[in-house]
Amino acid sequence: MSKPKFKNPVVNWIDYRLPIFTFMNHELNEYPTPKNLNYFWNFGSLAGITLVIMIVTGIVLSMNYTAHIDYAFDSVERIMRDVNHGWLLRYIHMNGASFFFIVVYIHIFRGLYYGSYKAPREILWILGVLILLLMMATAFMGYVLPWGQMSFWGATVITNLFSAIPLVGESIVTWLWGGFSVDNPTLNRFFSLHFVLPFVIVGVVILHLVALHRFGSNNPIGIDVQGKQDTIPFHPYYTIKDLFGLSVFATIFAAAVFFFPNFMGHPDNYIPANPMVTPAHIVPEWYFLPFYAILRAIPDKLGGVLFMFGAIMVLFVLPWLDKSSVRSSQFRPLYKLFFWFLVIDCIALGYLGAMPAEGIYVVLSRLATAYYFFHFLIILPLLPKIESTRPLPISISTPIITASSNASTVMAMREKK
Amino acid sequence: MTNKKTPDDKNKRDFLQVSTYALGAVGAASFVWPLINQMNPAADTLALASTEVDLEQLEEGQAITVTWRGKPVFIRHRTKEEIASAKDQLLDGLRDPQTDDERVQNEKYIVLVGVCTHLGCVPLGQKSGDVKGEYGGWFCPCHGSHYDHSGRIRKGPAPTNLEIPQYSFLSDTLIKIG
Repeated sequence: MSKPKFKNPVVNWIDYRLPIFTFMNHELNEYPTPKNLNYFWNFGSLAGITLVIMIVTGIVLSMNYTAHIDYAFDSVERIMRDVNHGWLLRYIHMNGASFFFIVVYIHIFRGLYYGSYKAPREILWILGVLILLLMMATAFMGYVLPWGQMSFWGATVITNLFSAIPLVGESIVTWLWGGFSVDNPTLNRFFSLHFVLPFVIVGVVILHLVALHRFGSNNPIGIDVQGKQDTIPFHPYYTIKDLFGLSVFATIFAAAVFFFPNFMGHPDNYIPANPMVTPAHIVPEWYFLPFYAILRAIPDKLGGVLFMFGAIMVLFVLPWLDKSSVRSSQFRPLYKLFFWFLVIDCIALGYLGAMPAEGIYVVLSRLATAYYFFHFLIILPLLPKIESTRPLPISISTPIITASSNASTVMAMREKK
Repeated sequence: MTNKKTPDDKNKRDFLQVSTYALGAVGAASFVWPLINQMNPAADTLALASTEVDLEQLEEGQAITVTWRGKPVFIRHRTKEEIASAKDQLLDGLRDPQTDDERVQNEKYIVLVGVCTHLGCVPLGQKSGDVKGEYGGWFCPCHGSHYDHSGRIRKGPAPTNLEIPQYSFLSDTLIKIG
C-alpha cells in the first residue's frame, strides 16, 4: 500500500485517504472482462446511459413544469413553445422512455438467450427484474404528468387494477387517488414519485453492478472464465466498444427525436384531460402492451390483474425454474427453439394488446398468454430432462473442439474443474 | 503486422486522438447548452417585457406605480416646485452626479425603477401619506436611503440614483416602458 500507484501526487494523496481512484481503476479500467462478448453486451451500459439522460432531462423539465390539473397541460405546451430548447428537452425525455424500454428489453432477452440468470448470478438477475418493475412504475407515472386524455384515462385504468383486490381494494384505490377519482392530489403525488423513483433506480443499478462485478459478465458461450487468458481489461477494449455502440444508439435516438418525435406516442394525449369523456380506444404506451394483453385475456377482474403481475413475478423465480446447468443457448438446441417461440409470443402479445378486445383477438390473446406461462412454468423445468445439450468448449480461449477430443473428454475436463 | 511504426504513424494517431476528443467536447457542449439555456427567460416571459401606460388621468402631484418585468416602476407627475428644486440642485456634493435633464424625457414626468439601489427594497413616497424623506422624493424604509425629486440618492447607504428604465413617449401622455 505504501508504494504510490498513480503518477499524479495529488491523486495519490487523495487515494491513500479515500481509495476512490483505486476503486475506479479496479472496476472500470483493469476490470477483467470475457474477451468474447458480442454486441448484445452493449445494452447494459446503454441502459445506464439512458437512465442518466432521463434523469438530467427530467430535472430540467421539472424546473418548467407545474403539477396542478389546471396548469399541467399548459405548462407542458409552454415547454414545447416558449421555454428555450424546451421542445428538444421534452422530446428527448419522451422518446427516451421508449428507448430505455427498447434497450432494457433487448438486455433482458440477451440474459434469457445466454442464460445470464443462472448461478451464481441469480441476485444480479433479480435486481434487474426489480429495476424493470421500478422503471414501469416510473414510466407510468411520468405518462400521467402532461395531463392529456391518455394520461388521465391511463391513470384511471391502472389505479383501478388495485380495486380487484378482495375486501380492501376500494379503500386502496381511494388511498392511491387521495380522493374519489383521479384528480389534483393524484397528479401531485405522481409528480413527487416520478421525481424520486429514478434515484431509487440508480440505487438498485449500483447494487446490480456490485453483483455483476462479483463474478463478472457472462459471455456468449456461457462458460466460466478460467484465467487471464480468457479476459481482456475493460479499458480500452470495452470502453471503446461501448462508445461505438453508444454512437450508433445516439444516432437512432436523435433520428427519432428530430424526425419522428411522436411516432411512439399517442395523439389523444395532446387533448387536455377530460374526466367526463373516455377516448374511444384507450391503449397504454407500447412497452406495456404485452402485459396489457395478458390483463385483458383473463375473463376475471382479479385473475387478470394477478396474471399480469404474475408475468413479471415469474421472472423473479426464473433462475430456479430453468434447471439446466448449461447457460448459453448455443449449446441447447431445444431451448434455443423455445427461446425464439417466446420472443414471437411476446411480440404477438404486444400486437394483441394494441388491438381492440373483441372477436379473434381475445382468443389469440388467451392462447399467447397461456403459452407465456407454459414456457416458464412447464417447458423450462422439463426441458433438461429431454434435451441433449451439445458439448461445451474447454474454455473461452479454446472454443473450437478439435477433432481428437470428443464430448465425453470435454465433459470429463469440466467435471475435474 | 510487419510494418514498423514510423514517426508519421504517431503523428497521424495523435491527430486522430486530438480530433476525436475535440469533436466529443463539441458534442458534449452542444448537449449541455440546452440544459443551461432552458433556465433563461422563456419566450412568453420576454413577450411581457414591455408595458404601456396612459398618463392622461395622472394629475399634477400624483404618482402611480406600474409593474414592469415583475418590478415596480414609479411615475410621478411633478409639480412646478418639485421640478424647480430638482433642476436647481448643484451637482457638487451629489453621490452620483446627474442633472435632472439627464434623468427625464419630459420634465413633468419622472419615471423610475422603484427598487432601492442599496439592497432591492421598494422605497416609500408614491402614496400621499408616505414618508418621502428629507429631500421630498422617496425614502427607503429598509436602511434609510433618501432620494430627491429626481430620484437621486442624497443620504443613506444606497450607492447610486434610482435607475431609469428604458421608455419612450408614444404620444404626449402615453408611454411605453421597455
